[in-house]
Amino acid sequence: MPSLDDLRKRITSVKSTQKITKAMKMVAAAKLRKAQENAEKGRPYSEKMNNVILNLSKSITDKENAPKLLVGTGEEKVHLCIVLTADRGLCGGFNTNIIKKAKSYFEKIISENKTLKIITVGSKGYDQLKRQYKSYIVENISFKESKNINYSDADKVGKIIIEKFEKNEFDVCAIFYNKFKNVITQIPQEQQIVPLNEDKDDKDDSGNENDYEFEPDEDEILSNLLPKNISTQIFKAMLENSASEQGSRMTAMDNATRNAGELVDRLTIEYNRSRQAAITKELIEIISGAESL
Amino acid sequence: MSNLFNIDIVNPEQSFLSKDNVFEVVIPAVEGEIGILKDHIPIISFLKPGIIRVFSESEEQKFYVEDGIVEFKDNTLSVLTSSIFDLKDADKNFVSESISRAEAELSKDNIDDQKRFLLNHKVEVLKSISIN
Repeated sequence: MPSLDDLRKRITSVKSTQKITKAMKMVAAAKLRKAQENAEKGRPYSEKMNNVILNLSKSITDKENAPKLLVGTGEEKVHLCIVLTADRGLCGGFNTNIIKKAKSYFEKIISENKTLKIITVGSKGYDQLKRQYKSYIVENISFKESKNINYSDADKVGKIIIEKFEKNEFDVCAIFYNKFKNVITQIPQEQQIVPLNEDKDDKDDSGNENDYEFEPDEDEILSNLLPKNISTQIFKAMLENSASEQGSRMTAMDNATRNAGELVDRLTIEYNRSRQAAITKELIEIISGAESL
Repeated sequence: MSNLFNIDIVNPEQSFLSKDNVFEVVIPAVEGEIGILKDHIPIISFLKPGIIRVFSESEEQKFYVEDGIVEFKDNTLSVLTSSIFDLKDADKNFVSESISRAEAELSKDNIDDQKRFLLNHKVEVLKSISIN
């Protein structure tokens, strides 16, 4: 049985922890709003980019000579995985969920005897992966210094990918990030960016495929556009990720605050009981002392 | 019938400009400037460094762009660009910095003719901005 003093100390310590988690929750909520706004603002760009590429790839007739970024190298030997995580912890299952998703993908690649290369973006992902997959990690990027997500950061990652592709260092590239559904739910996503997956929306090509004028020709536009698209996709993933991170942190901190509250309640009851027990004990001692006289 | 159409300029971080009352836009496409009026046929092209001029009934706006994609379809002109600013609030320091950066790039040996051309062009455009 802990003494009264111990209990009192524990209560204060839990209370101050609760203050911290509460503050973190507030901060996360404020940041979440901003991150969500940013994600929404960034959406038109990536949507338009997707549209243009869809239109372009439809009008490409000569699939053989199409840019490799679109159709792939024809092989699937080397997989490059970009794992986007947060730079900070204390955000619930956010990082772990991405890592879990990525790990199952890694295991699949390794069991198929293909070569795996990993680039981690964000320090938490690197920390969690380096133990098991150290030899596969080719690069580790972190944007701890930049306060907000900006496009030039995404562009840096994009340039690294393009450079590696041009050197034929990989055939397939996939990115891992958390898609923001709502504050409570974030879905870990795996998205292939090289070669571009074309399986979506094949229905809505309502006959008007070839009425675009291209200047210069399609191939040249595509080869100019595809590298940009990679940066855009990464940027989009980063935006989704940051919104998810804040959402996840908010929920986690909310839970922590509530748990701390419960703990304080329980400890307070225990404290009062033992205080009363001590009083009763003393009373009995006095009374029985008086009786014996 | 009105001869107005829509323009959307977006950059990755946000929607930069959205108007529905422009009658002409001149864009610095990679093979030369294109003037776009209403009911232009659908076109996709990309940009070289230059000035986008947007003419609406009341005013003329000028923007400097570095690169980007343009798409015109259904009387909507979409410009996707990662670097753009309004000439009105052009930052002198930023412009001269960009010039010196481009010139530094030019002095490297390992660039091909096309890139050299683009960079030269960029320097020209930027210089014309800083003179104004």
